[in-house]
Amino acid sequence: MKGPELKLSTTTRTAAVSAALAGTLALTACGAANERSGTSSEGSGSSAEQLTGDLVGAGSSAQQAAMQAWQAGFNTAQPQVNFSYDPVGSGGGREQFLAGATDFAGSDAALDDEELTEAADRCGASGVFELPNYVSAIAVIYNLEGVDELNLAPATLAGIFTGAITNWDDPAIAADNQGATLPDQAITPVHRADDSGTTTNFTDYLSQAAPEVWTSEPDGEWPLPGGEAGNQTSGVVAAVTAGNGAIGYADESQAGDLGVARIRVGTEFVAPTPEAAATVVANSPTIAGRGEHDLAVEVNRATTSADEYPIVLVSYHIGCVEYDDQAKADAVEAFIGHVISEEGQQAAADAAGSSPITDDARSKAETVVEAITAAA
Amino acid sequence: MTTSAPPRPPQSPDRPKRRRGDRIFAGSATGAGIFILVVLAGVAVFLVAESWPAVVAPAEDVSGGEGLTSYITPLIFGTLLASVIALVIATPLAVAIALFITNYAPRRLAAGLGYVIDLLAAIPSIVYGFWGIFALAPALVPFYAWAERNLGFIPLFAGPASATGRTMLTAGIVLAVMILPIISAISREVFSQAPALHREAALALGATRWEMIRMAVLPYGKSGIIGGAMLGLGRALGETLAIALVLSASGGITFNLISNSNPSTIAANIALQFPESTGLQVNTLIASGLALFVITLAVNMLARWVVTRRADFSGAN
Repeated sequence: MKGPELKLSTTTRTAAVSAALAGTLALTACGAANERSGTSSEGSGSSAEQLTGDLVGAGSSAQQAAMQAWQAGFNTAQPQVNFSYDPVGSGGGREQFLAGATDFAGSDAALDDEELTEAADRCGASGVFELPNYVSAIAVIYNLEGVDELNLAPATLAGIFTGAITNWDDPAIAADNQGATLPDQAITPVHRADDSGTTTNFTDYLSQAAPEVWTSEPDGEWPLPGGEAGNQTSGVVAAVTAGNGAIGYADESQAGDLGVARIRVGTEFVAPTPEAAATVVANSPTIAGRGEHDLAVEVNRATTSADEYPIVLVSYHIGCVEYDDQAKADAVEAFIGHVISEEGQQAAADAAGSSPITDDARSKAETVVEAITAAA
Repeated sequence: MTTSAPPRPPQSPDRPKRRRGDRIFAGSATGAGIFILVVLAGVAVFLVAESWPAVVAPAEDVSGGEGLTSYITPLIFGTLLASVIALVIATPLAVAIALFITNYAPRRLAAGLGYVIDLLAAIPSIVYGFWGIFALAPALVPFYAWAERNLGFIPLFAGPASATGRTMLTAGIVLAVMILPIISAISREVFSQAPALHREAALALGATRWEMIRMAVLPYGKSGIIGGAMLGLGRALGETLAIALVLSASGGITFNLISNSNPSTIAANIALQFPESTGLQVNTLIASGLALFVITLAVNMLARWVVTRRADFSGAN
């Protein structure tokens, strides 16, 4: 038994492992799955038709943990589909998808106009779908002895990260934290050293919510000189943990024991929660002038609703509305169907700490998924 | 091998008969020599070809928006600065270690110590990175604060001192530890070959041990020390992961060693930016790689030149 098993290809072994994993997940998700068996979510019920073939994706490394959970769940329902996802990075994922090397892309940014033109060549007249299926709150984390709660207005936050506010006892911070005692301690703002979707979303927030303080364009590479730089999320968290008076931004699930600042939205201070993160995405307008199945959103960072937390990372699944062959179309439809299903979103939340999308967003996404077809 | 005649004496003692084994060995050795040149040329051609689009691209399209030169210059500066710090710290230390092992330590201790130093070279650079970020950097924070207060008049310590310790100086120290075994291994090797007659002669003339080292060992080993230092510099220039982890790279060109705004190094910058790069950004990164290639080549040629020049003055001849 050992011998032949060792000779199995890597993909098969991965599939076997995922199937085993998925078994455990399925047991825990059993109740929910039973209730939903009658609904439209393809790929999650055992009654769905058995698909075969390959399904290849590449892109966002932010989605990696969630993707493993989705793969496990998907392969439980569709064990015959050979699924693989290469977390090469968002840019690489979009490039490979547009070149036709992969079936779908995971990307922390929607396609830009130039890429949309290329997408017309890749996918034909019906164009691409872009679904914001992975939403994750970005927390502002800080390390300040004796301060357990911290409130920050957008302009204050922007001031800290531009280097205009350099000390924790600055009047601007005091104004946000009435009654709190803030120490005389230099601020060390920590940002990402690598090119990152988290930085793109964070700088996009700053430029929309505090345009008068933050004058740089949103960018994946930190646009300003100065401040401390950490490699990847773990590097930022390590730097904030190490430096008293340090403040940084990282995925909410990675905050650990560090303090998490509440951000002023409208007149209230809002903490990052999965619900508030999903809500802001659901209530944001889609980018105008795009295809019917293109749900790329312009996240409303300047929101004033206290139910919404505007510093979120939105990561997309990008694929063709029309595929050349039926098996591919079915596989993509089944996979994305699983991703947006309640179980899929919950599995991602458990595995990656992401924010499950709202029911409203789900029903919109379901319409798109149903539209995925094969060319006649 | 053509006839079965009895063996004759060779026609000339200068021209020994070439056997098949000799020819095969000579051929494969030549082949290996050519192969390495072909590989090197291939890498150079690849770098030039792939970086060309970034060279000819309009300035505003290159990452940073100000052209290739202004993108790469701080990186070259950072690379050289980190490497020079490493070299300045590591070389005297490595020479001292090598001298201790070859001339001072009891024989048994010397062997053990030699192994331990060599072991440093076997530790993967990411482990040095972890050590740097989690152990060394926090430990240096108080020193940086002290340096800012008391040595702030020196531009190197102008501050503001980093609160996390992830500074250019920390990166240089980590690099120094990494290149220490290379320099000390080569120095040790050279020192141990210093002619015993020279050393004994020096001692016989009444020299103390230090005078003996200064007169007989160091002049003989000079080219070895320089060669080792250049090899170490080569490693320091190309070091990627440890720097990417340890250095807080967020600033332009500065000699301030203790703040959190430091220029990145070429290799670390490539490692950090490549995963999310596409198109022209990749070309730009490869162009910076080409710059590193040229620098490394120059350093190695310089080392060759220094070593051959010094050879005339060493005790070797």
